[in-house]
Amino acid sequence: MHITREELNKTAEDILSKYDGVTLTAKDRAGIPVQEMPAQDPSVRITNMEEVNEGYTEAQVKAEALRCLQCKNKPCIKGCPVGINIPGFIAKAAEGDFAGANQVIKESSLLPSICGRVCPQESQCQATCTVGKMNKDVNKAVSIGRIERFVADYVRENDCDVAPEIKKASGKRVAIVGSGPSSIAAAADLRKAGHEVVMFEALHKAGGVLVYGIPEFRLPKKLVQHEIDNLKAMGVEINLNYLVGKTRTIETLMSKDGFDAVFVGSGAGLPKFMNIPGENLIGVFSANEYLTRSNLMKAYDEKHSRTPLWESKRVAIFGGGNVAMDAARTAKRLGAENVTIIYRRSEEELPARVEEVGHAKEEGIEFMMLHQPHAIVGDDKGHVTGVKVVTCELGEPDASGRRRPVEIEGTEQVVDFDTVVVSIGNTSNPLIKQTTEGIDVNRRGNFIVNEETLETTVPGVFAGGDIVLGAATVILAMGQGRKAAAAINAYLGDK
Amino acid sequence: MNKIVYKEQLSNDIYKIIIQAPLIAEARKPGQFVILQDGGDFGERIPLTIADADTEKGTITLIIQASGESTMLLTSKEVGDSYDNVLGPLGNPTELDNYGKVLCVGGGVGVAPMYPIAKALHNMGNEVKIIMGARNKDLFVMKDEMRAIADELILITDDGSSGRKGLVTEPLKELCEEWKPDVVFIIGPPIMMKFCALTTKPFGIKSYASLNTIMIDGTGMCGGCRVSIGDDTKFVCVDGPEFDAHKVDWNNMLTRLGTYKGIETEKKQECLCELKQKNEAR
Ligand SMILES: Cc1cc2nc3c(=O)[nH]c(=O)nc-3n(C[C@H](O)[C@H](O)[C@H](O)COP(=O)(O)OP(=O)(O)OC[C@H]3O[C@@H](n4cnc5c(N)ncnc54)[C@H](O)[C@@H]3O)c2cc1C
Ligand code: SF4
Ligand code: FES
Repeated sequence: MHITREELNKTAEDILSKYDGVTLTAKDRAGIPVQEMPAQDPSVRITNMEEVNEGYTEAQVKAEALRCLQCKNKPCIKGCPVGINIPGFIAKAAEGDFAGANQVIKESSLLPSICGRVCPQESQCQATCTVGKMNKDVNKAVSIGRIERFVADYVRENDCDVAPEIKKASGKRVAIVGSGPSSIAAAADLRKAGHEVVMFEALHKAGGVLVYGIPEFRLPKKLVQHEIDNLKAMGVEINLNYLVGKTRTIETLMSKDGFDAVFVGSGAGLPKFMNIPGENLIGVFSANEYLTRSNLMKAYDEKHSRTPLWESKRVAIFGGGNVAMDAARTAKRLGAENVTIIYRRSEEELPARVEEVGHAKEEGIEFMMLHQPHAIVGDDKGHVTGVKVVTCELGEPDASGRRRPVEIEGTEQVVDFDTVVVSIGNTSNPLIKQTTEGIDVNRRGNFIVNEETLETTVPGVFAGGDIVLGAATVILAMGQGRKAAAAINAYLGDK
Repeated sequence: MNKIVYKEQLSNDIYKIIIQAPLIAEARKPGQFVILQDGGDFGERIPLTIADADTEKGTITLIIQASGESTMLLTSKEVGDSYDNVLGPLGNPTELDNYGKVLCVGGGVGVAPMYPIAKALHNMGNEVKIIMGARNKDLFVMKDEMRAIADELILITDDGSSGRKGLVTEPLKELCEEWKPDVVFIIGPPIMMKFCALTTKPFGIKSYASLNTIMIDGTGMCGGCRVSIGDDTKFVCVDGPEFDAHKVDWNNMLTRLGTYKGIETEKKQECLCELKQKNEAR
């Protein structure tokens, strides 16, 4: 049964009035039910691209903030990759001081409206939260991400965000390659230090995966644009349609265009395929292509977009991460009748955010767990007609600690599909490595960097985000962008 | 930026358009291409080979055939207008070398991207023969430019309205037999390239074809441009666009190119109507 935002708000108001003026014990607090995220009705939202989550109401934030125990040892902060002062901002939010809460968050994170939406909180801050432990359920921890999101949306909508202070001109120039979260964070911090900052992005829109990959229904593009506009307002110059390595090399940027340092945040933009028969049939896409057509090129708006989409009735998604969920839910919204996630492990091992899996289920996405695709089959016109899968069972844990899927002999079968989206991850794009002398990479193609400074093997060239970490997360990318910016500031100061 | 400085209609639906793009003009090498995007949020990204460049003026030359909705809109722009987005140069440059005897085969608008390659090979001292094919005489592009650099220029049309009557594979086969080129470069419609590859294969002559697959980003991010080359899958935008023509799985490439055919014809019709209305209103 779908519960509306109004109903959820009423519940929160009741809680607030019940505890008004009452001194709460830790047990009382932990016993307050989790405030659910208001969301569009599943049957409605699969017909539109608008954001699924509607965001807490003010009463809900305050009720959820009541659940926080203000722990002395602050285990949640240890779970946060950038160490946000979580009890600090929750205390302000509980008082209704949202601008103050935002200031606390902004000490450590630059993109709360984005991270509040896309961070895997259940495996970070909320995993270590005491309230979750007391309730013996991580899903009953304090909803830190939802409060963060509310705070960030509040200051944006009420125009009371902290204005960044920009130091006087240093006379130094820094080039930023890419415009994803690592680059946005690095650019902001470098600009604040007074350097001239120029960002170079290959695509015709800035934002990296946040614009071309993550769909509108999960992360509205106007939020990303807001962050890009903030950078521009700070004086960061943004050059789109500029492929570093091809339009100009890093070497030329430094020797000819006078850049004193370079930050590379070029991401993990090279899609992996399964290397099974039939992958080049018509109707097989990488998740990147599928999502880019829909998001960046706006092909979901069939009436206006000039980028075509393949019409699908039965869609198979290979993989079980966030990318797979995004592709599946996009397929549903584009009109597919049946969308099935094929994953070789069991549901417990799905790497996607719990919320995404839950939303996908509500939207009628089918989960074919413990199946491994062996081949994609097609007709004489070269169109996909099905996927040959084999059933698996879980064996011993592998290097990642997850139980290894073992194929069961004699279980091969062909399931009918007309479209396949391969969403098994990305590796790093080799372009910068190929065009920059002296850049060393590891076996997987990720840049080798000094762990303290994130400097690459080329002096003055720093890197962060997915190009260093492999396909990781927005928060880790942002954190590395900031870390590299601090190191670049030091490097330029000494120079 | 990206302003159109020159536009010429070369034939019924083929246009030569010169745009300002100083960085691309400076960096580009023969064989490379750009991606054009226009029309705000909803415009499609279209790969186009760079036919020529002028580093002093900071311009690049594009030859665009208005064959679909997006290319029609691109060619409906006039001198003084600008394109929203131009990215490049993309892809790997042609492997230029002192091969000795070089045979270039260009079909239709494929002659345009062939021009910088043939010119560079000629300037390096290669003996360059060129076969240019088209449906009829009105569809030849850059004929004079090609003539200026070719040791021999062979024109051939489907209907015999200019040069020989027939298909490019005929003179190609004869030259393989008699002249024995050291290397063959092929650019044109995929079906033509396929048959050229089949023609040179029995002679064991190294042949390169420049592939024009469907693309989106052009940076290796989407994999939409992938083709089977021998046993491998390659991305045309970053691994190509030129490949060993004998290793390309032409049938797979041809089917993949047809992915959106139905939708495109529909959109083209709508666009034709729209452009017509616009013209009538003028
Ligand atoms: C579909 C999808 C869903 C995801 N969902 C989540 C999620 O829910 N939560 C989460 O935390 N993470 C998620 N991730 C991962 C997260 O988006 C990435 O970890 C993060 O965006 C990495 O940031 P980045 O700054 O390293 O690079 P990116 O965001 O990848 O940006 C890199 C940018 O650099 C540009 N570029 C590359 N090479 C060049 C060059 N040579 N010159 C100029 N520009 C260049 C690219 O065009 C791109 O715009 C998701 C990823 C995908 C693909
Ligand atoms: S661990 Fe949970 S309860 Fe404790 S301070 Fe952090 S958010 Fe509050
Ligand atoms: S066009 Fe996207 S990878 Fe080549």
